[in-house]
Amino acid sequence: MSPGDSVAIEDVEVASGTPPPEGAAASIIEGRSPWRLAYERLRRDRASLIALGVVVVIILVAIFAPVIAALTGHGVYEQFRSTGLTPEGLPVGPNGQFLLGTDDQGRDILVRIAYGARISLIVGVVATGAEVVLGTLLGLAAGYFGKVVDTIIARIIDIVLSIPFLLFAISLVSISHPSLTIVIVVIAVFGWAAVARVVRGQVLSLREKEYIEAARALGAGPWRIMFIDILPNIVAPIIVYATLLIPVTIVIEASLSFLGVGVPPPTADWGTMISGAQLLYQQAWWYLLFPSLALLITTVAFNIFGDGLRDALDPRAEQLYE
Amino acid sequence: MTVGIPDEPGAAPDGDVLVRVKGLKKYFPVQSTSALRRSHEHVHAVDGVDLEVFRGETLGLVGETGCGKSTLARCIARLLDLSDGEVDFDGRDITNLSARQMRPLRREMQMIFQDPYGSLNPRRRVGSIIGDPFALHGIADGAERKRRVQEVMELVGLKPEHFNRFPAEFSGGQRQRIGVARALALRPKLIICDEPVSALDVSIQAQIINLLADLQSEFNLTYIFIAHDLSVVRHVSNRVAVMYLGKIVELAPVEDVYQVPRHPYSNALLSAVPMPDPNQKVGSHQIILSGDVPSPINPPSGCRFHPRCPKAQAKCSVDDPPLIPVLSDPPEHITACHFPVETGEVMESRPGVIASEGAQAT
Repeated sequence: MSPGDSVAIEDVEVASGTPPPEGAAASIIEGRSPWRLAYERLRRDRASLIALGVVVVIILVAIFAPVIAALTGHGVYEQFRSTGLTPEGLPVGPNGQFLLGTDDQGRDILVRIAYGARISLIVGVVATGAEVVLGTLLGLAAGYFGKVVDTIIARIIDIVLSIPFLLFAISLVSISHPSLTIVIVVIAVFGWAAVARVVRGQVLSLREKEYIEAARALGAGPWRIMFIDILPNIVAPIIVYATLLIPVTIVIEASLSFLGVGVPPPTADWGTMISGAQLLYQQAWWYLLFPSLALLITTVAFNIFGDGLRDALDPRAEQLYE
Repeated sequence: MTVGIPDEPGAAPDGDVLVRVKGLKKYFPVQSTSALRRSHEHVHAVDGVDLEVFRGETLGLVGETGCGKSTLARCIARLLDLSDGEVDFDGRDITNLSARQMRPLRREMQMIFQDPYGSLNPRRRVGSIIGDPFALHGIADGAERKRRVQEVMELVGLKPEHFNRFPAEFSGGQRQRIGVARALALRPKLIICDEPVSALDVSIQAQIINLLADLQSEFNLTYIFIAHDLSVVRHVSNRVAVMYLGKIVELAPVEDVYQVPRHPYSNALLSAVPMPDPNQKVGSHQIILSGDVPSPINPPSGCRFHPRCPKAQAKCSVDDPPLIPVLSDPPEHITACHFPVETGEVMESRPGVIASEGAQAT
């Protein structure tokens, strides 16, 4: 070993072993919360950041859909019988006036995709939110109280999960008048069970932790233990699950609309658009392609971001599964 | 270990009983895997324990894993419901109090747990963990709570500036100090220490034991100290109760148990303690017990120790011996055995079992 080597080793040791001098001491005392650590892990994950960027763009498109309509000069329900349809009455392809072409009614597909994003995101967020709140509360109750409460809730979960969702949803929606609210309610009613099952499992294992016993020894009641001691420990998996549930919900909404039992026309909706394009895709590929792409990009972006979030929030899970 | 003994044995107890346990039993139903409940078996975790804990003393509770020490402690703290028997705390019968009725009493009775990692909520800051007792009992809010939390932190040797840190940012010993701070926050009368040092390094153990001893003399605390490390128990306790399969087999002032153990099980347990000085106890045997601890689902008849006891006779499998003073023992030294070990008697291992001699003991 030459002297140069040992010098290099010393350098490395000095670099890695020295704690940050002064100044840093104050910041060390302010503990690094698990959230902070997760954020720092997420920041290093390029794929998730790109996915997050895409999600943000989709949200912006939804919010500024009227602006897009104003810029193009095409209203969402406006039919352009002269410029938007060929003399034979077929949709026009992408051109200077209609960037993504028109649909069978001569409406601008770009504008309708932008408005469709609103429906998808509203359903995705509201229905998922309802599922998560309902599922978390029932899962917490089942897991923490156990015994009769658990038996009842666990059976309900089993029943809900065993119902063929799409068939049931179709019949349920067709009884009442199709509307956005009905779609959200139907999705939430069927979706909470999966969340409840995940939460219940987590609570069952957390309940046996010594710090829960410590809380009881201090005189904490069941509500305080559930919401202050247990809930913060399962928020991370719940957030991950919710993020991965949003694209599922969006696809379910699109499927319902595709089948004609979702959001009723003439509301701009991706599922409805894909359904309408079925008959015409040989003549008007853009009519099928662009709404489908919108749906695909949205679900993929949410899924990649959800995966990244899981890796960031629960680094141990990564080691377990990979 | 170079730690000061909190109080000389016999000096502390002034006869003032803080906890009185009468005929305490705790059975756990055996979970059957099938949905159709066919099993009616029970684990007899604690099976008839009578015990008194005096104000200001440290009562050591020893016994091997699964003998019911922790269950007994949790029944006394009423974290578990009793199957039978009675617990009095500070002159009040708390046997049948509901969780809600127990709440005000939690101020006076606290626990320190074994696992310094599992007993602190990883998602909460230390200040909030130690502040819990104040919050739960509506004692202090806001700045006042923070001040009192920091006061307790200082008391147990933590830096008050670490208020905002998370448990993961502390070492095992520091975490145990957090657990001690939480238990001490409301200045309880009784602290149940459930193996508070067994998860720590030996050097750290001494620190925590010293801390507990200092706090005891400062605040006149009463400890129930559970451990399976006999040298730790000897060090901290005024009296020691030896448990075997859910029962107390011997209860006496600490030096009596260690110098003249009467119960064959106590003898076997103590003979397993490694002696740092081989010359100190020349000729002492390590008594090797045959077999395993019997299942607590079907404990043996009579004296529960008889299937493994080197001195067992026919009577032992029939009569359950009472917990009374035996031979010429003083009244505070009680033993549950028909054939107690005489002073100076060398107890042999059972025939067919090899007893290792003296210093070879590990």
